[in-house]
Amino acid sequence: MTGRARGVGGSVLRPDGLAKAGGTFVYAGDLSAPGMLHARTLRSPHPRARIRRVDTAAALRIPGVAAVVTAVDVPGVATYGLIVADQPVFAATETRYAGEPVAAVAAVDAPTARRALAAVEVEYEPLPPLVDPEVAAGPGAEPLHPDGNVFREITLRHGDPDAVGPVVVEDSYLVGMQDQAFLAPEAALVVPAADGGVDMWLATQWLHSDREQIAACLGLPEELVRLELAGVGGAFGGREDVTLQVHGALLARATGTPVRIAYDRVESFLGHPHRHPARMWFRHTATEAGDLVSVHARIIMDGGAYASSSPAVIANAVTHAAGPYRVPNARLDGLVVRTNNPPCGAMRGFGVPQVTIGHEAQMDRLADRLRMDPVGLRVRNALQPGDVLPTGQVLGPPLPAREAIEAVAARPLPAALTAASPVTARPGGRGAHADLARVRRGVGYALAYKNLLFSEGFDDSSTARARLELDADGRPVATIHSACAEVGQGFVTVAGQIARTELGVDEVVLRPADTGVGSAGSTSASRQTWMSGGAVRGACVAVVDRLLARVARRLGLPPEVVEAPRRALVITGGEIVGAETGTRLTLAEALAEGPVEAEHTFHHRRTTALDAHGQGDPHVAFAAAAHRAVVDVDLDLGLVRVVSMALAQDCGTVLNPLSLRGQVEGGTAQGLGLAVMEELVTVDGVVTNPTLHDYLLPTTADVPALDFVALTYPQPDAPYGVKGVGETPTCTATAAVLAAVRAAVGRDLRRVPVRPGDLVDLADPVDPLGGAPYLGNKAAWGQPGEMERG
Amino acid sequence: MDEVQIRLRVNGLERRGRVEPRLTLADFLREHCHLTGTHLGCEHGVCGACTVLLDGAAVRACLVLAVQAEGREVTTIEGLGTPENLSPVQVAFQENHGLQCGFCTPGFVVSVTALLRDNPDPTDEEIRAGLSGNICRCTGYQGIFKAVRAAAGNTP
Repeated sequence: MTGRARGVGGSVLRPDGLAKAGGTFVYAGDLSAPGMLHARTLRSPHPRARIRRVDTAAALRIPGVAAVVTAVDVPGVATYGLIVADQPVFAATETRYAGEPVAAVAAVDAPTARRALAAVEVEYEPLPPLVDPEVAAGPGAEPLHPDGNVFREITLRHGDPDAVGPVVVEDSYLVGMQDQAFLAPEAALVVPAADGGVDMWLATQWLHSDREQIAACLGLPEELVRLELAGVGGAFGGREDVTLQVHGALLARATGTPVRIAYDRVESFLGHPHRHPARMWFRHTATEAGDLVSVHARIIMDGGAYASSSPAVIANAVTHAAGPYRVPNARLDGLVVRTNNPPCGAMRGFGVPQVTIGHEAQMDRLADRLRMDPVGLRVRNALQPGDVLPTGQVLGPPLPAREAIEAVAARPLPAALTAASPVTARPGGRGAHADLARVRRGVGYALAYKNLLFSEGFDDSSTARARLELDADGRPVATIHSACAEVGQGFVTVAGQIARTELGVDEVVLRPADTGVGSAGSTSASRQTWMSGGAVRGACVAVVDRLLARVARRLGLPPEVVEAPRRALVITGGEIVGAETGTRLTLAEALAEGPVEAEHTFHHRRTTALDAHGQGDPHVAFAAAAHRAVVDVDLDLGLVRVVSMALAQDCGTVLNPLSLRGQVEGGTAQGLGLAVMEELVTVDGVVTNPTLHDYLLPTTADVPALDFVALTYPQPDAPYGVKGVGETPTCTATAAVLAAVRAAVGRDLRRVPVRPGDLVDLADPVDPLGGAPYLGNKAAWGQPGEMERG
Repeated sequence: MDEVQIRLRVNGLERRGRVEPRLTLADFLREHCHLTGTHLGCEHGVCGACTVLLDGAAVRACLVLAVQAEGREVTTIEGLGTPENLSPVQVAFQENHGLQCGFCTPGFVVSVTALLRDNPDPTDEEIRAGLSGNICRCTGYQGIFKAVRAAAGNTP
């Protein structure tokens, strides 16, 4: 293919695909260095305990053990964190969650390191854990941390907060703790450097944020902490926080030896923050005709022991709580609380999947009450550009929310399950125990919107460098340098496409992502194609400008043309052509006198913080999506089979149709997982299922084909008109599957993941909410009757 | 613990090693043979990322001890094709976007290779059933199914 065919808009294949399929692509856990040590982490078994004593002497006496580090060995700042540095590198005097690191060991091999962990003596005084976020936020609750127990409270008031319509629906909903469960557990290789710094190769989402936190904890200037991205085996938000980085660096510096630090699957489950569990109460009111009058909601999220990105997640939850609907009056309260549960932070969708489960269940309930079609109700209320959001932010174009729900509703429905269907099509699959007469089909819809990029006034940017030169054979080659973390999403593909389009070359080399170039920001928030794509494009445009100016000078064109050479010269088909003169110069000729290089830092438009009433202009942009799910449910055994999923999504300009499809199919599968199988279960703060045996991920037997419709209206302020696409489908998939199951069984289902006990007539049914309404019946927010007065 | 001398063939080459009896085949391949394409996603036999062929049968290398491979033939992802000459299954994963982060891919490729050898023209249901022991967290599997169908067309 030519540079043009492999530019933006084409289904260009991954440049790393052959190495990945061939088994030669190097992931963080595959790295080694001569003489390297193997490091493992000791974790607290108690969700809350005082640490009386830590004695490493016995561990250090084991032959082959090189070093044991604990809290006393942290030379710099003792804590780290994405937004607030509230998490100790190692627990010193107190542990706040089961799984919190207490020590780390480096030894000649991994089995020796594990034996050494067992020999570290830690004397704990267990304390009663505080695991209920409503109790932890309530008056009289004991502070679990010097920063207190409330990470953030948001009180959003919009329009007339007391306005109510004649039709009222109200209920509470519960969302379990989902894990990112990326397939490659955390790993890094740390090499101590002669200059007193460290070089680190690791799997992460945000190199520069990691560097800032590592350097602070090591007490080193940032330039002595050099990070390079190793192969990343998935992320989904779970690698945005620091986990093993500081531990590995401390051991490498303590021993003067390269250290490989890695987690196994159990540690991975305990080691990174999860998706926030949520308890949500919603009251929607509408006119008899079906126009929303108000939405009242209270959302409590359990942030676990440390802040991670909790303050930003709750803002997303609150500002999206009413969904992509015109809601003139809103009273939306959010609270994210510190408990002794595992820390929660970023996961694909970032607070929006939780509230989508709530607002979409409410829309179905409202449609039922109004005897309206659930699609029709959504269409009637769907946001249009120019509408005012509950934050007061005016919605800019485009947001095809209405088109999205109409598009999925128009897709053909799958064939009915019959005796002739393959046995694998039945709920329970090959177990073949489903009695067809007891299988019910349900269809459910969900519509949502999700913010793109970072919010609330964060001055976000991405920097990239581009260089155009001749290779040894005299052919033009472009080199792109960005610190954007490729975690599987396909930035490496898109960066090459952008460079080919802008520079008109075929050969593009992507340098490894490292801290030798400015920050690209995080691979999260659906932001890298827009932000780092924008940076790469900007750098390439600057390279072209410089090259054309050089050519203009060489051709003796007047100074005003040299100043603005694009007026007179264009790059096309590997040549620089004078627009009027017809002069032609090949790129190779233009580059003969040397390379051209440029750097560009891309910023998105400025946003603002939320004021005391949750009002502002907090989000850069949004994308909408709608899912329709069809399920079959075995009424006897409570087993669910997802028969089909249809998705219509607002994608902006599509840079790579193949990559887009991969993102939306993967995002749908993760949403399906939260609906029917994925939950990290805790009992008194202890995770009871931190293995892939017990934490169930969707398999080939669970995920149906995706009937996908891309809605492609260019985003005006984004490079090429792109929108991020990774998160939006995850927001709607869970809610759609839940709606379909609800339709199949004819019950109010208020919890995800749905459990068999929610679907069958157990002799002793368990109310997952423990009595409704969920919020306000405990300490945090007073009694239910006080909600209206709030 | 006393180490044991083992001898086996890996990707057609004879390998000898002194190993602890409890060393897994996966760790032997990764640490002793430096064949890091065999990935460890869970080390408890669920994710399938470490799938290799043992005397032709797809097995999870994290659930096999190195000593159990004594005298046997192991084929890893690296043995199915070289970077310059990848197998049709490997090429199909690339061409059909059957991978994103790629960590699960070697295990899938090995499982698909065994599946298509035993059943060169599988139905969609047979593909789903045959691969239900490998987990992918990125793709939602649809690109993988396309890759299998494409490879089935390319496999003699």
